[in-house]
Amino acid sequence: MATSDIGDIQVAERALQHHFADMEQQRDTASFGMWMFLLTEIMFFGGLFCAYLVYRASYYHAFVEGSQKMNITLGATNTAVLICSSLTMALGVRAAQMGKPKLMVILLLITIVFGFGFLGIKAVEYHEHWVNHEFPGPSFHFETGDPAHPATDPQHTEIYFSLYWAMTGLHALHMVIGIGLVAWLVIAGLMGAYTPHYYNPVENVGLYWHFVDLVWIYLFPMLYLISKKHGG
Amino acid sequence: MATAVQTVERENYLNSNYGIKSWLLTTDHKRIAVLYLISITAMFWLGGFFAMMIRLELLTPAGDLVSSDTYNKLFTMHGIIMVFFFLIPAVPAVIGNFVVPLMVGAKDMAFPRVNLLSWYLYMAGAITALTAMVTGGVDTGWTFYTPFSTTYSNTHVIGAAIGIFIAGFSSILTGLNFIVTIHRMRAPGLTWRRLPLFCWSNYAAAIIMVLGTPVIAITLLLVALERAFHIGIFDPRLGGDPILFQHLFWFYSHPAVYLMILPGMGVISEIVACFSRKRVFGYEFVALASIAIAVFGFLVWAHHMFVAGISVYAALVFSLLSYLVAIPSAVKVFNWTATMYKGSISYNTPMLYAFGFIGLFTVGGLTGIFLASLGIDVHVHDTYFVIAHFHYVMVGGGVMAYMAGLHFWWPKMTGKMYPEAWAKLSALLVFVGFNTTFFPQFILGYMGSPRRYHAYPPEFQVLNVLSTAGASILAVGYVLPMIYFVWSLRYGKDAGPNPWNATGLEWMTSSPPPTHNFDETPVVTWEAYDYEHQPQEEITVGH
Amino acid sequence: MWKNLPLFPERASALAWQVDGLYFLLIAVSAFFTLLIFAAIFYFAVKYRRSVHPHAVQIEGSLPLELAWTLIPLGICMILFAWGSLIYFQEARPPKDAMEVYVVAKQWMWKFEYEDGQRDLNQLHVPVGRDVKMIMSSQDAIHSFFVPAFRIKADVLPGRFTTTWFRPTKVGTYHLFCSQYCGTNHSAMIGQVIVMDPTDYQAWMSGGAGGSTGTLAANGQQLFQQLGCATCHRSDTQGRGPNLVGLSGKPVLLDDGRTVIADENYIRESILNPGAKIVSGFKPIMPTFQGQVSEENLMALVAYVKSLAQTQPKGEAGDGSSAPNTSKLQ
Repeated sequence: MATSDIGDIQVAERALQHHFADMEQQRDTASFGMWMFLLTEIMFFGGLFCAYLVYRASYYHAFVEGSQKMNITLGATNTAVLICSSLTMALGVRAAQMGKPKLMVILLLITIVFGFGFLGIKAVEYHEHWVNHEFPGPSFHFETGDPAHPATDPQHTEIYFSLYWAMTGLHALHMVIGIGLVAWLVIAGLMGAYTPHYYNPVENVGLYWHFVDLVWIYLFPMLYLISKKHGG
Repeated sequence: MATAVQTVERENYLNSNYGIKSWLLTTDHKRIAVLYLISITAMFWLGGFFAMMIRLELLTPAGDLVSSDTYNKLFTMHGIIMVFFFLIPAVPAVIGNFVVPLMVGAKDMAFPRVNLLSWYLYMAGAITALTAMVTGGVDTGWTFYTPFSTTYSNTHVIGAAIGIFIAGFSSILTGLNFIVTIHRMRAPGLTWRRLPLFCWSNYAAAIIMVLGTPVIAITLLLVALERAFHIGIFDPRLGGDPILFQHLFWFYSHPAVYLMILPGMGVISEIVACFSRKRVFGYEFVALASIAIAVFGFLVWAHHMFVAGISVYAALVFSLLSYLVAIPSAVKVFNWTATMYKGSISYNTPMLYAFGFIGLFTVGGLTGIFLASLGIDVHVHDTYFVIAHFHYVMVGGGVMAYMAGLHFWWPKMTGKMYPEAWAKLSALLVFVGFNTTFFPQFILGYMGSPRRYHAYPPEFQVLNVLSTAGASILAVGYVLPMIYFVWSLRYGKDAGPNPWNATGLEWMTSSPPPTHNFDETPVVTWEAYDYEHQPQEEITVGH
Repeated sequence: MWKNLPLFPERASALAWQVDGLYFLLIAVSAFFTLLIFAAIFYFAVKYRRSVHPHAVQIEGSLPLELAWTLIPLGICMILFAWGSLIYFQEARPPKDAMEVYVVAKQWMWKFEYEDGQRDLNQLHVPVGRDVKMIMSSQDAIHSFFVPAFRIKADVLPGRFTTTWFRPTKVGTYHLFCSQYCGTNHSAMIGQVIVMDPTDYQAWMSGGAGGSTGTLAANGQQLFQQLGCATCHRSDTQGRGPNLVGLSGKPVLLDDGRTVIADENYIRESILNPGAKIVSGFKPIMPTFQGQVSEENLMALVAYVKSLAQTQPKGEAGDGSSAPNTSKLQ
């Protein structure tokens, strides 16, 4: 016990960067920085959310018709997958804090699997939209699929799809980056980089992962569930 | 202090190691500041060259020097370079990067590697934008208004937008670093109320960087996507709304002008205090005014759109808020002036620039009141009045402050003094040249001369000639410092740790500072600008 | 002596003096504060220069002074705000009986169409003393209609109408500038506003300089028949689309419960994008005319629909004018 404790502290001391007074200052600083970064990220998505809200208010029918093309089953499954991944991520951080590097690596690997699961399901949805010409641009073509209710406003439904692709695409990009970061944690964890005295990177990547999860928690109702009843 | 002859050169951040790798892979905030200084200076000359071309073209009413397409590219590239690659990073990334960690008594920024990354992002953004310019240029104006930029321009809009997008992340990371550094890295005893005002104003600017920049990043990304895939978000032919672009663009780009001026205001606070040998009058009010400007700055963006077809009531609200944001700026000007009252004032170059700043910023700020007024704005919107106004704020304010700060901290950065007489001459030239260039443009604007005109009606010629004449004086005023700063590196007198006999932790370490800034972490037990207890020596160097 | 260096543009509209009046006040305020600051700096810099005043007197600050220089500028600002807003309100509200001119802006020219069908390119002819309302839209990028002598400016947007108005008070020829950057020949997108005596204006009108082919509304009516609009939008209550008589300027009840005013932009949107707003009680069956009508024809159609409100006596306007009108182009 005593020797491993000393070993832990040595690892921690190596991790202390020269310009900090102590580990506590370093940890505080790192997590404060991460929170600031997430604030920036919120504003980054905020521009798109703002565009979405403006257009949704102006072209309500078009947006409802667009959202009816969403596959709610897949969307809901993906929401569940992400929530589970956040759970394993949180447990991973906890394991790092408790000094159980092996458990941490396993939990992070599960998180990665969930991450790929999300992307895979998303890819299926993207493919569906693609073959239905629900991709903005010259080839865009929109039909409600119900002859009794032809598309009232396909032009603005295209904007719905533009925002859909831009927002979920940006979110998927964040997922890819997140998976990369977790993979990096796994490798560093296998090399014994993290101890209860030093696990800032695990904690901060965890924050990032939860943030990306949270963005989806907003995207899902906005894009899939806005109104299932046909305005008429 | 300067009398002691240094026989063995002390190890400092410049001579601790050599070689290109030691610079390109450095995480030392001082070296990164120098990297920024070099790259920003290059961008300044490029932007300045475009400005000279614009002024030469406007010597005559007919568009006879360059073609209209070339002219449109010139003012676009002038704007993009000066705004995104010079003014936004100038004071924070060069002076702030160097001075803020020293001022708070830290060994470095909170995230040294992120700091280096932000310089690389800046370079990547600059190179991307420059590539777009070299391979054909951009002609949308720095404002990228849709649908012209997304549909009708035949130039390299995507390249320029991506360049600014990348540089935006550089700005975000710099801002993030400042906020965290000022929160978490202050020396023991350095409370918020003891913090130098330069740190306060950089903190306020950093808020804008962190909260505003991502919005312009996503907006320009949408412009690029729209051009590439016709997604239609801003294109009225596809049902999109070009006005939404203007809202998103100005949501960042209006706070961005405060982001350009706030750090400059911090520089002026330091200098006015130092050369008046006094604590800044109403320290708390000046500090809070910075935060107030940053906060209010986010609420006034639509005053760029009074004639764009927004609702009358929206215009009313934004006009009112625009008046309100003028108040904290006025408070600062009054406090700086009051600081000089019963001071002990010396006329060193930084102080001359500070005088110039206060005067020109006052004019720039007051003409902003004209533009906030709805009735007047309808007439002068998109005319030379606007050009004159923002050059008074950005050049008369921002660049003057940058020059002031560069002269003030040059001895700290290099350990050498610049030649005082030449520097005073250049300060005078800049002041005279600047006013000759831009004051006539107020009159031109009210006369109705629209901006971004390659050719103009002949009755506007006299004022345009005057403006071009002023621009050449201004150019000389900027070339001189470039020459004597380089000259001083070799031939300048040794500065000693504190040539201005100033307060502030940065003056308590040697010049140039050692790599770790302080031999031991300072403990602060005094207020900011404690000139009462600073020994009252005559300034010996540079007179 | 100021011939080569004029300091003000001509004042040729009812509004010009008001704007200039506020401008003079602003100059006075600015000059006062600028001189105050300059004088204070100069005075302190000389009086307290180090050679005569080697020891600074430390002063912390002063709350009364801070309050004074916060509240006094604030008060002045509120006065300026109120005055500026009053002018803006006038600019934003065209008089009801103004003569209407339709404007199409495109890279890089101005096209004007008068109510009686007369057309102009880069030259706008208006009679002195008459209120003129400009109804403008762009075919491509954003342009801006700027007449310095009238002190007015309004952006001209693609995909919607914007309006501005003026009352010329002085006969003469004035600059018309495009003030929103719009590409290569932005600086050549200039024209003239020619303000004429009413008699000269009549003479010019009847001269048929622009090749008149009937009034704008009559052209619109012709298009209305050609495009088949009349089959659904009948002037009785039997049509598949709403009755358009008496529509213009009235509130319209939509199927989602909202009420909108049938202004130029609403009529425009209903032609180009019928699904965007559906009138209560009608089905979304109207096809879009996006890409089938040019900007000029669109204006003729709008002028025609607006003229329906004026030519018909009030009693025939369907449901009456007090309740929200449910008629619409749908």
